[in-house]
Amino acid sequence: MVPKKADPDSRSRLVLRRFLRRRLAVAGLFLVALFFVFAYLGPFVYKWQYNQLDFQAFLQPPSSEHWFGTTQNGFDMLALTMRGMQKSLIIGLIGAVLSTGIAAVAGAAAGYFSGWTDRVTIALIDLLLVLPSFLIIAILSPVFSGRTWLVFVLLLSAFQWMITARVVRSMTLSMKEREFVYAARFTGVSNWKIIVRHILPNMSSFLIIDATINVSSLILSEVGLSFFGFGVQPPDISLGTLINDHWQSASTPNGYQFYLPAFLLILLVLAVNLVGDGLRDALDPNAGIGGDR
Amino acid sequence: MTAQPLLEVSNLSVTFPSEAGPVAAVRSLSYHIMPGEVLGIVGESGSGKSVSSLAVMGLLPSRAKITGSIRFKGAELLGQSDKDLSTIRGRRISMIFQDPLSALTPVFTVGDQIAEAVLIHQKLSGHAAMDRAVELLELVGIPNPRQRASAFPHEFSGGMRQRAMIAMAIANDPELIIADEPTTALDVTIQAQILETLEKARETTGAAIIMITHDLGVIAGAADRVTVMYAGKPVETGAIDDVFYQPRMPYTLGLLGSIPRLDMAERQPLTPIEGSPPSLINLPRGCPFTPRCPMRIEKCEQVEPELVVLNASGAGHAAACHRSNEIEQQNLKSTDIFPAPVIGEPEVGAVPRAQREAVLELRDLVKHFPLVKGAILRRRVGTVFAVDGISLDIREGETLGLVGESGCGKTTTIMEILNLTTPASGRIVVFGKDTAGMTAQDRFAVREDLSVVFQDPQASLDPRMPVSSILAEPLETHGVPAGERTARIEELLQIVGLRAEHMSRYPQEFSGGQRQRVGIARALALKPRLVVLDEPVSALDVSIRAGVINLLEKLRMDLGLAYLFVAHDLSVVRHIADRVAVMYLGKIAEIGEVNRVFSLPAHPYTQALLSAIPLPDPRKERARRRIILKGDIPNPSDPPSGCRFRTRCQKFAGELNDQQRQRCIDEEPLLTAQNGPEGDHLAACHYAESYAVLDDVGGK
Repeated sequence: MVPKKADPDSRSRLVLRRFLRRRLAVAGLFLVALFFVFAYLGPFVYKWQYNQLDFQAFLQPPSSEHWFGTTQNGFDMLALTMRGMQKSLIIGLIGAVLSTGIAAVAGAAAGYFSGWTDRVTIALIDLLLVLPSFLIIAILSPVFSGRTWLVFVLLLSAFQWMITARVVRSMTLSMKEREFVYAARFTGVSNWKIIVRHILPNMSSFLIIDATINVSSLILSEVGLSFFGFGVQPPDISLGTLINDHWQSASTPNGYQFYLPAFLLILLVLAVNLVGDGLRDALDPNAGIGGDR
Repeated sequence: MTAQPLLEVSNLSVTFPSEAGPVAAVRSLSYHIMPGEVLGIVGESGSGKSVSSLAVMGLLPSRAKITGSIRFKGAELLGQSDKDLSTIRGRRISMIFQDPLSALTPVFTVGDQIAEAVLIHQKLSGHAAMDRAVELLELVGIPNPRQRASAFPHEFSGGMRQRAMIAMAIANDPELIIADEPTTALDVTIQAQILETLEKARETTGAAIIMITHDLGVIAGAADRVTVMYAGKPVETGAIDDVFYQPRMPYTLGLLGSIPRLDMAERQPLTPIEGSPPSLINLPRGCPFTPRCPMRIEKCEQVEPELVVLNASGAGHAAACHRSNEIEQQNLKSTDIFPAPVIGEPEVGAVPRAQREAVLELRDLVKHFPLVKGAILRRRVGTVFAVDGISLDIREGETLGLVGESGCGKTTTIMEILNLTTPASGRIVVFGKDTAGMTAQDRFAVREDLSVVFQDPQASLDPRMPVSSILAEPLETHGVPAGERTARIEELLQIVGLRAEHMSRYPQEFSGGQRQRVGIARALALKPRLVVLDEPVSALDVSIRAGVINLLEKLRMDLGLAYLFVAHDLSVVRHIADRVAVMYLGKIAEIGEVNRVFSLPAHPYTQALLSAIPLPDPRKERARRRIILKGDIPNPSDPPSGCRFRTRCQKFAGELNDQQRQRCIDEEPLLTAQNGPEGDHLAACHYAESYAVLDDVGGK
């Protein structure tokens, strides 16, 4: 008999039910999905591409031809925003997975092995926490300018993981005293296998929630750095570079050039945070606001 | 009797709303208690015993739906406002909770908290209230009460906190004290102290006591009448002797038959109650015990039996069973109803002990933990002498019980063994190999033969893994080919009495007893020779324990296993072990063959320990003379000089003269043979003297 796949896990169904009960979280998830569709499928439907110039329309207000108007150079604003949104979303996602991943490995190793592993990791965490990340990325930006934006993502996550790692470390400290971890150790399971198989899965709710919330904070970091010209470099476009290019028009009649990316950015971050909150309440009901249980 | 009952509960039902449906926690419970009487309410977890007492106190959350009536001296309590109830609570009815740590506020001194309880209900000056608090602390046996009154709860030990709780409960001379599992969180010697204090409190205040517990032994000695609850309903009630000697409901019979007895030399068969208590959501109609009852008939599934008074076996003795009359007429015993497997001795038992191979040897094992202070500049400020030179050995196919109270070093000992590292001092020899010379590969190889079952089945199984992965882990680690694993897992499940289809389930879908069986299956996966059992049944409900104990015995017999059985429950140890080692503060106080140690204990600590354990036998329990130890286990970082037990020793305090005492203070007693110079019954006492504690029923 082949062991059949576990029954539809009742826990995941319970989590889903709890998540669906939170209307705002569902709305947030819907919005995030909408943004993905907008950013990745939008360009296939929309008439204009981000790198297409319309020489008939420079700095035009919204019209049926260009839904959100055009820039000074004749680029279509909506197409640019779609392109910028793509980059921001992908940076947020990769960065979040990366930083939560680093945090999980570093934190779990520090907590599980203790001794010098722990001391080195804690020292590194403390060091990175006191370094001004914004400044350092800004200084390093000439180094990676002209290369792929992935280096930028790497740098962003390198300054994002520390707090999470600390939480993971303390969770590991208490979890390694749990009897099922002892049981694995006393059968001779190797340490890394214990971490990967027993310790990390048992804090998966925390890691999932953390990764989700990291998405929005990474997007914001990216936008902030790009705004000052230290982040995503042309020819790449992100929401940050778009806002940087057009913020001066905010108070002019061409304000739409600024308001579209800015408004979508706020909405995106809000939506991601709503999903994160909803996930936390669904995965970890005791951490929420509580009330009458 | 014409007197008015102190408390009369009739038709009390409590229902909680929940996501899955209403939870019927208590269903039509009726009982009464006369002034000065002690009523025991016995039941397993989830039987509604605590909820019903919280209902009496009016402490249930507002979403609970309560119906019926609770009359205190004729006045209805149900429906009264919280404010009105507050004039009764603490003054006329008071409560003692299970967990004395969370029952005291950590930021106020114990004296202040007791004084507060006084001040709420009595018009006294703060000064007078404090004096009263000191007086109460003295009454419950706290040494230096005036000084201790200004201590904070964390400076009190568990037993002292529970005494403080009792002091608070009797502060206003209540007429009724509800004690909800007052001794469950405590060690046996402390439990004996607390039970004695409760008895004293009852004598001074004349209060009636409702004693809620799952421990039939505790009830047997203390209560006048008892009510047994199951699935929210009383199933049997009556005078204590009637219920204990003539139980008429199969559940009570099974419960009484499932406890190993400390006072039985022979291995009596234990009657396990199959299955587990029902969920209180959507209870089927009919008797909730039906699925677990070997006497069920069709009617049981149709109609839930009412509590019916049986006249033949004592006045007021009532049972809720359709077949009580049959049980009564035939005077059935638990072994007549429940299948009680008779388990023989393992084959290896035929070989004399001395000729068998030793699977584990400890020689003067020492484990000290440094106490350090400071975060960056760590300096050693002391040492915890957790294990301080213990020697023992386990032969093939043998069960050694390692017993002692919390903090005696049992857990440290088994952790040292299981870690297989070189000890700070002394030797650990497993299957003839010394851990000192072991390489990583050697250790890995030893782990195949050495496995462990932990106390808490919930915590010892990874909640994220289905049973198949849990059982596959040791197989995979030790290189059993993937093709053979499934067959082995099925075999393992069958050995421990589970079914193959349980494989795909997660631990949380099992009951406590089943989970522990999965834990045992995991320990057996690699066909070990020595299994370390760390309190394997103490986290389980009473009715389920017997099944697990029987399983462990059967496995030992079938597979020729050797067990290191760590427990604080001496009755279980007497039932299962061949030899027993009693630990006190990191040292072995007494070691020897189990029947000899239990019938003729030579060390005063073993004697006190045996005497402290309540027997589920009311007559014996009332007649017994109890040795009550003073105080708590000393701090293991600062053990007493000479004999470590002397600070609490009844012999040291009562029988010895000054010269003899000096020897206890100066000289550490060594383990010496008690049964002839070559004997293997050893005790570490200068003045060891065998004394048949369990047979001493001559007393009051």
